Amino acid sequence: MSELLKNIIRFILFIFVQVFILFKMPPLHRFISPYLYYLYILWLPFSMSRAGLMSVAFFFGLTLDYFMHTPGLHAAACVLIAYLRPFIVNMLISQEGADKNYISPSITSMGWAPYGTYVFILTLFHHGYLVFLEWLSFGSFLYFIGKVIATTGISLLLILLTELLFFRKEKFRTNTV
Amino acid sequence: MRNVFLFIRKYSNFLFFLVLQVLALSFLFRYNNYHQAIFMNAAEEITGSLDQRYSTVEYYFKLKKINEQLTAENLRLHQTFRENYEVAGEGGKLVADTVMMDSLRRIQKYFWMGARVVGSTVSTQTNFITLHRGSDQGVHPNMGVVSPEGIVGTVVNVSENFSSVMTLLHRQYKVVVKLKNGGDRGTVEWEGNPTFVTLRDIPKSAKVQTGDSVVTSPTSSLFPGGIMVGTVLEITDDKSSNFYTLKLKPSTNFFNIEFVYVIANTQYYDQKRLEDSTHKKFQ
Repeated sequence: MSELLKNIIRFILFIFVQVFILFKMPPLHRFISPYLYYLYILWLPFSMSRAGLMSVAFFFGLTLDYFMHTPGLHAAACVLIAYLRPFIVNMLISQEGADKNYISPSITSMGWAPYGTYVFILTLFHHGYLVFLEWLSFGSFLYFIGKVIATTGISLLLILLTELLFFRKEKFRTNTV
Repeated sequence: MRNVFLFIRKYSNFLFFLVLQVLALSFLFRYNNYHQAIFMNAAEEITGSLDQRYSTVEYYFKLKKINEQLTAENLRLHQTFRENYEVAGEGGKLVADTVMMDSLRRIQKYFWMGARVVGSTVSTQTNFITLHRGSDQGVHPNMGVVSPEGIVGTVVNVSENFSSVMTLLHRQYKVVVKLKNGGDRGTVEWEGNPTFVTLRDIPKSAKVQTGDSVVTSPTSSLFPGGIMVGTVLEITDDKSSNFYTLKLKPSTNFFNIEFVYVIANTQYYDQKRLEDSTHKKFQ
């Protein structure tokens, strides 16, 4: 299956899982909202340009926003993590040229610890910005801190489960590409 | 000039990032102000029809609950039939007092329409539900929405066949209500915890007990009076203020609403216009 087709299917699946499964669940606590959808942006290929990443992230976030009746909220957070993604990937790539030898960030291509750090940092930025935007219209500082921490914890748990259930086998490509 | 182009080329990614951020944030803040966003109506049709497909599956599993709700509502309505009530005294005679009423011209102020819920969110801080009725079926913004159990929210946006309802579980939602016992008015809002809503501005002179019913007040002009809002869970007596802050348990279960009524107040804009012009006059 080509990378493009794979990503289009992922786009639809992530939106549907977020809207029709995760947001349908009765909330556990007001600090906790289960976010998983932005994993799509973390899984986009290394080879995409930064402008490409940001435009895809913008449309992806806006699609979710239209389901949630919050136009712009998730789009803004998605664009932020798409912008920061290349910086963090460059910092964390351990082997020389892993971003040339593998297609997209994953446990196999980056290793457990760097991939975990990559997911953790971007999750924190995503939730921090999202809750900050919410905080502008309501809530208190306690709400901001509590929600960022609790939601980050739940999201990391969900991402771990997703990575274990749908283990992505990344093929090693030679440098001749 | 050359330097300007070089600058743009060098920071093109950052500039593109800023452009997208500004675009997203302008969508967001415009929506909060006017409940109107770019492409929102078109998007509503698409997301609404997807929501509807999903709800046909979900609907089947809720049939039992819906039946119970409707039976309870029927029972309540049966109780109010005039045939159930009898005048106590034999010599009494029921006389309709027609002085206050022009029998030739009665006005129905509220019209009720049934509607099916096709989409809902409950787990966020800004919860909306989507109804399968829109402007083609006569739904407009600023109509009240109630379920068989109690109030749900207000219509804020419509497309041809779907409408969005801002629910009681939305951070910006406010509605005027009153205590059933005593009639003191206050405002209900939500603070983010899905198990209760907060009622403010009830004067301390009011007699309140836990378990008391809170119903809609006709002054809200969205709902007819007397529709259940919730029951008092907890009374907070703040010494520094003259008002109680009450925790209410909402009577509507937002997790399983399937059918609602949309209430059109035929005199809403009439009243609103008068109130606005009065306000302007004495500003």
